Amino acid sequence: MIRSLRWKGAAFTLPFQLGFVFLYLLPIGYAVHESLYREHQSGLGLGGATTEFAGLGNYTQGLTDSAFLNSILRVVLFACVQIPVMLFVSLVLALCLDALTSRVAGRFRILLLVPYMIPGVVAAIMWVNLYSPDVGPLTPLGKVFGFHWNFFAPSMVWPSIGNLLTWHGIGYNMVIIYSALQGVPRELFEAARLDGASEIRIARSIKVPYVRGALVLTGLLSIIQMLQIFNEPALFRNVTPQTVSDSFTPIMIIYNQAFNAGNYHYAAALSVLLALILGVASFLFYRFTSKEAD
Amino acid sequence: MAVTEAPTERPSARGVRRITRPDAASRGRGGQRFLLVGLTLASAYSLFPLWWLLVSATKNRTALYQSNGLWFSGWHLWDNLREVFTYQDGIFLRWTANSLLYAGVGSLGGTVVALAAGYGLARFDFPGRNVIFACVVGSFLIPIALLTLPLYLLFSSIGLVDTPWAMLIPCLINPFSVYLAKVYTEATIPYELLEAARLDGAGEVRIFVSIVLRMMTTGGATVFLLAFVNTWNAFFLPLTVLRGKENWTLNIGLYNWSGTRMESGVDLTGLVLTGALLSIVPMAVMMVAMRRYWRTGVTLGALK
Repeated sequence: MIRSLRWKGAAFTLPFQLGFVFLYLLPIGYAVHESLYREHQSGLGLGGATTEFAGLGNYTQGLTDSAFLNSILRVVLFACVQIPVMLFVSLVLALCLDALTSRVAGRFRILLLVPYMIPGVVAAIMWVNLYSPDVGPLTPLGKVFGFHWNFFAPSMVWPSIGNLLTWHGIGYNMVIIYSALQGVPRELFEAARLDGASEIRIARSIKVPYVRGALVLTGLLSIIQMLQIFNEPALFRNVTPQTVSDSFTPIMIIYNQAFNAGNYHYAAALSVLLALILGVASFLFYRFTSKEAD
Repeated sequence: MAVTEAPTERPSARGVRRITRPDAASRGRGGQRFLLVGLTLASAYSLFPLWWLLVSATKNRTALYQSNGLWFSGWHLWDNLREVFTYQDGIFLRWTANSLLYAGVGSLGGTVVALAAGYGLARFDFPGRNVIFACVVGSFLIPIALLTLPLYLLFSSIGLVDTPWAMLIPCLINPFSVYLAKVYTEATIPYELLEAARLDGAGEVRIFVSIVLRMMTTGGATVFLLAFVNTWNAFFLPLTVLRGKENWTLNIGLYNWSGTRMESGVDLTGLVLTGALLSIVPMAVMMVAMRRYWRTGVTLGALK
C-alpha cells in the first residue's frame, strides 16, 4: 500500500485511539499507580492524612482480606451452579427450536428473547417485588401448595438471584447457540437417520458437539459477567440488608471501599486483583474447554 | 403437521422410513407436540413477570397488596402514571430525558467513532494496526470497576463529575462497537470499490463519507442499537459518576426509589413498579422499530 495512504487509513482510527488512551489506558495506569500508595493518618487523624508509598502492601492486604476472598469464593461457587444450569436450559431450548419449522421457531425465539431487552436494574426490581411476601404473587402461590417460601432468607438469596439471572440470560444464550445450530450441515442428520439414529441421539452426538464453540463463548461471557455481578445483589440489599451484606460480591466491596470508606488506594488494588483473576479465569476456562475438544 | 409417507424409500429394520422437510424431520406428532408444550412453558416463564408488572401498574395501593397479583383489580393506570410524573416535581421526566440524551447522543457519537475506526482497521494496512485490534479485543476482559473508579477520579479532577459529560464521553469509545464495525466493513466494502473511487480522484474523507458510510447503514444501525441498549442499561458508571438527582438516569432513579420504599409516609412500591414499566417502553419501541438490526446484532455477539 502507498505510504501516504497508510497514514490516511491510520487517521480514521485516530479518534478511537485517543479516546482509548484517555478512557482505558490512562485509568488503568492511574489505578495501578494509586494501588501502590496508601493514606497514612498522622497522630489521631487530626493532623490530616499523608500519602505514602506502600509498594505491594495493598495487594498483600487484599489477598489476605477474608471479606474479599469470601466474596470471590461466593461468586465462583455460585457461577459453578448457575452458569451450567442456564446454559443447559438454553441449549435444550435451542435444540427444541432447531427441530421446529423456521416460522414457528422465529415466534418462540422472539418470546424467549423478551427478558433480554429488559435493563438489568429493572429486571432486578421486578423480581425483588415478585419475591416480596407483600406484593409478589409467588409467596401466596407457594402457600397454596403448602410451601412457606422466604426468597430473602440467607439460604435462598443465591437461588433467588440465580433464577433472576437465568430468566434474564436464557434468551440471549439460546439465540447464540441456535444460530450456531443453524450452521450444522443438514445432510449429517439425513445420514444419521438413515443409519437409524433417533432424534435425541442425533442431538447428543451431532448437534451438541457442533455447537461446542458457541457454548464455550457463552460460558466465557457468563463467567466474566458473574465475577463482576453488582446490580442484582445491590437491589436485593435494598430489601434485605441483613442477608446481602455490603461485601457480598467483589465489586460491592470495591465500591464500598472507594465511596463509603473513602479508601481509593485499596479499592484500586482490589480492582486490579479482580482484573487479574478475571484474566486468569477466562484463560483457564478457554484452555480447559478447547483442550477437551482435541 | 402432515407426515408424508415415502413408499419408494428402501425399507429398514424398523419398517418404512418417513421423509419430511429436512428442518422438521421425521419425528412423530407426539414429539412435535412435546416440543411445543416445552417451548410454551419456557415462554410463559419468560413473560409472566412482565405480565405481572403490567397488571400491577394498573392497581392502586390496596389492590397491589391484597388482590391476585396475576389478574386485574380496578383500573388506576392513569392515576399511577400521573403520580410517577408528578412525584418530586416531575423528576421522573427529567431522568427519562437524561437517559434518552445519554443513550441517544452518546451512542450516535460512539457509532461514528467506531465506524471510522472499524473502517480504518479493516481496509488499511498501517503499522500498529494489530496492536490496536489487540487492545479492542483485550478490553472485553477489563472489569468495569477497574475503569470506572479511576475514571471517576480523573473526571472529578477536571470537574466533569456530575455533569452529562461524565456519561457522554465514555460512550464515545466502545471497543465492541469498533469490533462490530470492522466485521461489517469486511463484509460490505470491497477493496475494488475503494480503488475505483481513488482512480476517479476522490479523497479519502470523501470516500468515507459518501461511499463507506452510505453502504454501512445496516451495520451502523446495528452498532448504534447495541450501544443504545448498553447505555440505557448502564448502572455502575452512572451510579459512580453522577451524584446529584438532576443528572441521574432512569435506572439510578428507580434504584433510589426502590431503596427508599417508604418516604415520609408514602409507600413508593407502586411508583417503582409503574416507573419500571415505563422505563421498558422506549426500549421496546426501539427494539420493534429496529427488529432486523437487533437480531443480527445479537447473533453477531457470537462471532469469534
